[in-house]
Amino acid sequence: MKALTKKNLLILGAILLTFTVVQGLISVGIINKFYEITIAMICINIILAVSLNLVTGFTGQFSLGHAGFMSIGAYFGAVINLQMESTGGFLLGIFAGALAATLVGILIGIPTLRLKGDYLAIATLGMAEIIRVVFLNLDITNGAAGLSGIPRYTNWLWLCFFTVATVLLINNFIKSSYGRACISIREDEIAAESMGINTTKYKVMAFAIGAFFAGIAGALHSSYFYFIRPDIFGFLKSIDILIIVVLGGMGSITGSILAAILLAVLTTYLQAFTAVRMIIYALLLVVIMIFRPQGIMGTKEISDLFKSKKKDERIG
Amino acid sequence: MEQFLQQVVNGISLGSIYALIALGYTMVYGIINLINFAHGDVYMIGAYIGFAAITYAKLGFFPALVITMILCAILGVVIERVAYKPLRNSTRIAVLITAIGVSLLLEYVMMFFVGAEVRSYPKVLSGEVFHLVGVVINIQQIYIVVTAIALMILLQFIVHKTKIGKAMRAVSVDQDAAQLMGIKVDSTISYTFAIGSAFAGAAGVLVGIYYNSIDPLMGIMPGLKAFIAAVFGGIGSIPGAMIGGLSIGIMETLVSGYGNSMYRDAAVFAFLIIILILKPTGLLGKNTREKV
Repeated sequence: MKALTKKNLLILGAILLTFTVVQGLISVGIINKFYEITIAMICINIILAVSLNLVTGFTGQFSLGHAGFMSIGAYFGAVINLQMESTGGFLLGIFAGALAATLVGILIGIPTLRLKGDYLAIATLGMAEIIRVVFLNLDITNGAAGLSGIPRYTNWLWLCFFTVATVLLINNFIKSSYGRACISIREDEIAAESMGINTTKYKVMAFAIGAFFAGIAGALHSSYFYFIRPDIFGFLKSIDILIIVVLGGMGSITGSILAAILLAVLTTYLQAFTAVRMIIYALLLVVIMIFRPQGIMGTKEISDLFKSKKKDERIG
Repeated sequence: MEQFLQQVVNGISLGSIYALIALGYTMVYGIINLINFAHGDVYMIGAYIGFAAITYAKLGFFPALVITMILCAILGVVIERVAYKPLRNSTRIAVLITAIGVSLLLEYVMMFFVGAEVRSYPKVLSGEVFHLVGVVINIQQIYIVVTAIALMILLQFIVHKTKIGKAMRAVSVDQDAAQLMGIKVDSTISYTFAIGSAFAGAAGVLVGIYYNSIDPLMGIMPGLKAFIAAVFGGIGSIPGAMIGGLSIGIMETLVSGYGNSMYRDAAVFAFLIIILILKPTGLLGKNTREKV
């Protein structure tokens, strides 16, 4: 079978190893409840950042509304989970949330993705704000007080599963012809269009896929942290996700993963000082943009680093 | 009918504040094509400077306003020099992200120093109230509208009658050509930031007096709404920003007066999306064609 190459087996082995080691450490108790929260945060942020990276980093569409999609997933997941308190309900909630987010993504994407750059950023921001206000006023979402007592079915197994699935699926998407079409839009929209690429179609596609995974992340979030309210998914949450993508490098999946881990650890240590944390975040954004606008990884992946080294050796 | 007029009066005073902030957005956007996200936070800092000037220095309304405008102008120039100037030749997304970073930085540095709690603004104007054909107008609203109109006239004078204004208009049309004609582009951009920020500071003092409360995150929403006002009026156009600001203000008060006040922010954003789809250049904006 073609899928069973040495590289794929190696990746599968690494994933299984990570899963068992962390699972073992959790059951032995070396990773306590406090660190478990950090791990959950890392996983959820990886899903969010990788999916935003598809939209912003690979397709070049600057979106400031990712938290809006996350909130749709979170509310769908929470409402369904509160009705059906079982693993089945949990999974149903995740998929219903993800599908609802995708649907909203398509509906909003078709008109707004005609806009470019700054205008798109503001339009997506406005969209997320409208979603937040709607959740603030609905009865089923319990308004500003939010929903609480959501049963916790999110555990390391599901977090690991969905994170790995997100990364693999988005990675495969980018390496497919669809993904190359998306990258060509980022590089030069007019050139891509003149090569016969239906830019609107691919932009909406990337936006919808990004929304789908943001929905999953939202549902995982609501199920892990017991309670949600509309304020959690405001403008600042979108910025939080954007910071991860920018720090990791727009157009690098491994960069997003690295940055998500780095920032989650930073957040854990600065938990008591919200203002200081935000000041550091803000300085990070400005300093990265001035001195290293491509982020930690640029558009490279970690595997690319090894490749280039090997090439050098061969030449030498 | 009376209620409608009352809402329009409230809308005009709120809209004048939006218009003052929108002017800064539109001038900066016109000259360097940047949505200055930090603009809303300059407005917030203006409100705090005014608060300090009135409470601790015991100044009256006008001296406090002037001091705020001067300090905010300096702040605007510093932001431009430190954060935006090194990025003059980078991509627009990079500059936009920097602007978001500066915005967060101002908000949380302020929160670090003054605390996150809401402060109530000192009463610097009397609470006198006028009744006019059943409509209640208080003295703050008159101050707001008069100050806003005076500042807008001043701005029109600066832009159309002075050398700096001429330079600004030249740079916004074509930066390179302006430079070839001997215009100092960097200092012109700094002047633009100074004037825009001064106006935002003035708006901050006015809003503090009008709404009576300030907090470090107060700049986010009005900043975004003022940006929407600038887009509606046609970004880059100064009269457009005034019309846009007033329209958004009136719309917002009408939505909260007749509908549900919870939906007022959503209504403004929905309005933005509609404008962007139907007429992205806004009311008075120029149509530019993209060249390959």
